[in-house]
Amino acid sequence: MATISINQLHLDDLPWIVEYDENKCIQCGRCTASCSFNAIKPVIEKRRKIISKLQKPYFESILVIKQVVDFEHHCRGCGMCSRVCPNDAIKAVRNFNDRYSVRYRAAKADSLKKGGRSNLNTEGRTLDKIKVGRISQMTDPSLDAARHKFELRTPFGRVLAADKLNFVNEYDVLKLTDTLPPNRWIYPVIMGDMSIGAISWRMWEAMAIAAAYLNEVMGIPVRMCTGEGGVPVKLLKSRFVKYMILQIASGHFGWNRILQAMPDMIEDPAGILIKIGQGAKPGDGGLLMANKVAKYVQEIRGVPKADLLSPPTHQGLYSIEESVQKMFLSMNAAFNFRVPVAIKVAASSTSVSVYNNLLRDPYNIVGGFFLDGLAGGTGAAHEISLNHTGHTITSKLRDCYLAAVHQGRQGEIPLFAGGGLGQSGSFAADAFKLICLGANGVFTGRLLLEIAGCVGNDTGKCNACNTGLCPAGLTTQDVCLTKRLDIDVAAQNIVNYFIATDIELKKLMGPVGNSTLPIGRSDALITVDKHVANRLDIQYVC
Amino acid sequence: MCRIGAIKSKNYLHPSIALKLMRSQQKGHDNSGFAFVMQDLGGIFAAHKDLPILSMAATVEGTRRAEDILNNLGFTRVLQWSPDINHEKGLKIEPMPNYVFEMFQYPKSHKYATKEEKEELLTDAALMLRSELDKDNAGYIYSFWPDVLTLKEIGSPKDIGTYFNLWEETPDLCAKIITAQCRQNTNYDIVRYAAHPFFLDGYTVLVNGENTFFEKNKDYQMSLYKGYIGFESDSQCFLYTLHYINRILKWPIQYYKHTITPLPFDEIEKRNDRDVLLRIKASLAHLEINGPNTILGVLPDGRMLCVCDSKKLRPVVIGRTDETVIMTSEVTGINDILPDRDFEKDIYPNECETIIVENDLTVKRWQQ
Repeated sequence: MATISINQLHLDDLPWIVEYDENKCIQCGRCTASCSFNAIKPVIEKRRKIISKLQKPYFESILVIKQVVDFEHHCRGCGMCSRVCPNDAIKAVRNFNDRYSVRYRAAKADSLKKGGRSNLNTEGRTLDKIKVGRISQMTDPSLDAARHKFELRTPFGRVLAADKLNFVNEYDVLKLTDTLPPNRWIYPVIMGDMSIGAISWRMWEAMAIAAAYLNEVMGIPVRMCTGEGGVPVKLLKSRFVKYMILQIASGHFGWNRILQAMPDMIEDPAGILIKIGQGAKPGDGGLLMANKVAKYVQEIRGVPKADLLSPPTHQGLYSIEESVQKMFLSMNAAFNFRVPVAIKVAASSTSVSVYNNLLRDPYNIVGGFFLDGLAGGTGAAHEISLNHTGHTITSKLRDCYLAAVHQGRQGEIPLFAGGGLGQSGSFAADAFKLICLGANGVFTGRLLLEIAGCVGNDTGKCNACNTGLCPAGLTTQDVCLTKRLDIDVAAQNIVNYFIATDIELKKLMGPVGNSTLPIGRSDALITVDKHVANRLDIQYVC
Repeated sequence: MCRIGAIKSKNYLHPSIALKLMRSQQKGHDNSGFAFVMQDLGGIFAAHKDLPILSMAATVEGTRRAEDILNNLGFTRVLQWSPDINHEKGLKIEPMPNYVFEMFQYPKSHKYATKEEKEELLTDAALMLRSELDKDNAGYIYSFWPDVLTLKEIGSPKDIGTYFNLWEETPDLCAKIITAQCRQNTNYDIVRYAAHPFFLDGYTVLVNGENTFFEKNKDYQMSLYKGYIGFESDSQCFLYTLHYINRILKWPIQYYKHTITPLPFDEIEKRNDRDVLLRIKASLAHLEINGPNTILGVLPDGRMLCVCDSKKLRPVVIGRTDETVIMTSEVTGINDILPDRDFEKDIYPNECETIIVENDLTVKRWQQ
């Protein structure tokens, strides 16, 4: 009887099993070369051969591809092997019997880490239960989405109530007398905050190129948030920095260089985003594994090659009042009060309290409230955070908007919503619905990676951004892997996606008869789900 | 589509002229009602232009309660006028028992009050009356303001005219400014308060078209001022924004257009006043309108106003003689009232214009 070691990790424990057909394989080696996780390897197998009953069986050695069975090199299902195989001889197949998460914790005495997004989608998508149901028919005309002139702009920066503008009337012409908080009009979709480090410099560059192209060639004033991982000094000193929202989070990574570059900056940045929290892993700080801390990441952030664990809170900031006084004032003062300073928080049961406090801040210093829902992406996180913490975006965005309505202060601190937008394929629809529910705009990061070629999905495919071995060259600093990403093509794809989104937003604005953004126009929405209707205060239909 | 009309004249006109103005535009009627507001009154009200007139439709009990409230506030009645009701059978009208047009003297406590203090008192009194009468549908308060008379009723405009004997010109009832509409905003319930023209604190507005930003407007206006109530019609928002811009914020009237239909960014960017316009666009984003609308209005000083939506999706025409200016939806109405005018001087406003009819009937066209 053969000895069985039941405690040993086995192929059947892994989430993905590589299926290989040696009869189709031509032994070209492309699959093993392409696998960034080293999850497959060529091995020599001994085979017993029988040609005919007249001849004795004999043994021969052949080359086959075998899956590696260990915790570090298990297959993530990215599918690169099947992409490169000329004969369809190999593919990764999902193992529905997998026991990996149990085995990992039991073997390593450590929490399981992942990248990408939560793969435990028990909530269902509220936005998919909502339709744009108020269509202009006869009482007012629908607009022609292709020919009509639409304006897709939203304010970014603190908006004061009209009676606080302190205009003076000079011969029936109003004049500004006070210096007012900075306020910019931008496209209602912001490229989300992903740092150099979390994503490859090539992906970051592709986004930056796309942002510049959209602004300067397409006339679409899209802003990109840098993430907290520093900004190339050349970019800081160029005119393109005006399209960038600089992020500061609890690690303050990269700000030495930003501060040093300030005297030489020829343009103000588009804004500052103070990241308090992130929807995918709320209450947890940033996490950049050491294997992604490449030399240039060390330089730009000013850090050693080590796991970079940002604290979950900004040191010294333990209340909203302190945040306002210290962080916001200093950040506003840094650019002489010319640049909007916004805050990004993870959606939470407490979001309305935070938003209310910021609305009531007497300094009028908060220029935007970015609310990040639990379905957002992340470069690396503990799986327990990713799958089991967070708050859905839709109702919390609505709560914040209605809290502002209750005080007659809607729009004073523009609301931006994010977290899993475009998850079911319709980013523009998600954006439009959130705008109708009260968002001034939306932000997205993960979608940009998907546009650029990310092969991961919400059901466990790949999601290995934390390993630094991204097979698409997006969330890795490995020189060979990043080469897989064609910067220009990625930038072009992002630009194209924004153009498509622009068209699709208009295709939704036209039928409701609006040529400007229907912010807070929830009467345009309907749902067949009574609970959703009740919670969001929109029309229930059946 | 609603048809709306506004007349301003150097002479006193009987409200029958409003019925005649709207008659040829009756394809816009749906028997949901007829309403008019008369301002700068002649006839029996001419002698006391400074005293407030209560325009109300109420039950007997409602009338009594309203009068009690005003008496308790210290108002004393100085004049009462009731229309000469024609109880002809078969008229399409849903009449209230009483139509009250009463002029009051201010309370003694306000003998030396400023104009602003008196107006504040009138606004509060009107809100109090409405709130009290709303409790059991005992009546409808249309206006309580000096030199203003309002009538609204549900039914066929022609029959409403017959019921109130409005087809017959009498010297008692006349005014230099009359605004009228021959249907309600019937997107919602047919209620008297939903009938244009709407009136608040000296401002009158009547509109055609759908307010597609009704919810945004309403959500914002509800907390702006105590008088922004009701919202039985999505068009009341246009009145409240006019009131807010001009009376509360005290901004010049051209900023009404900048608020409800702000210029596109590429145009704002070219202008010297771009900083002001961008601030208005941001701060009052929730007062923007985005539907097909023509708005006619009367300001407290008697000037008339006309603005359209930024896509110019609703018609309006302005015809005039030296004596009279008419703004209405279709030129046929003007042809009936001013057949001998120089029609080449008719104005068809564009999407960027604010038309102001001055008190000397000069028509000013201000381009946004």
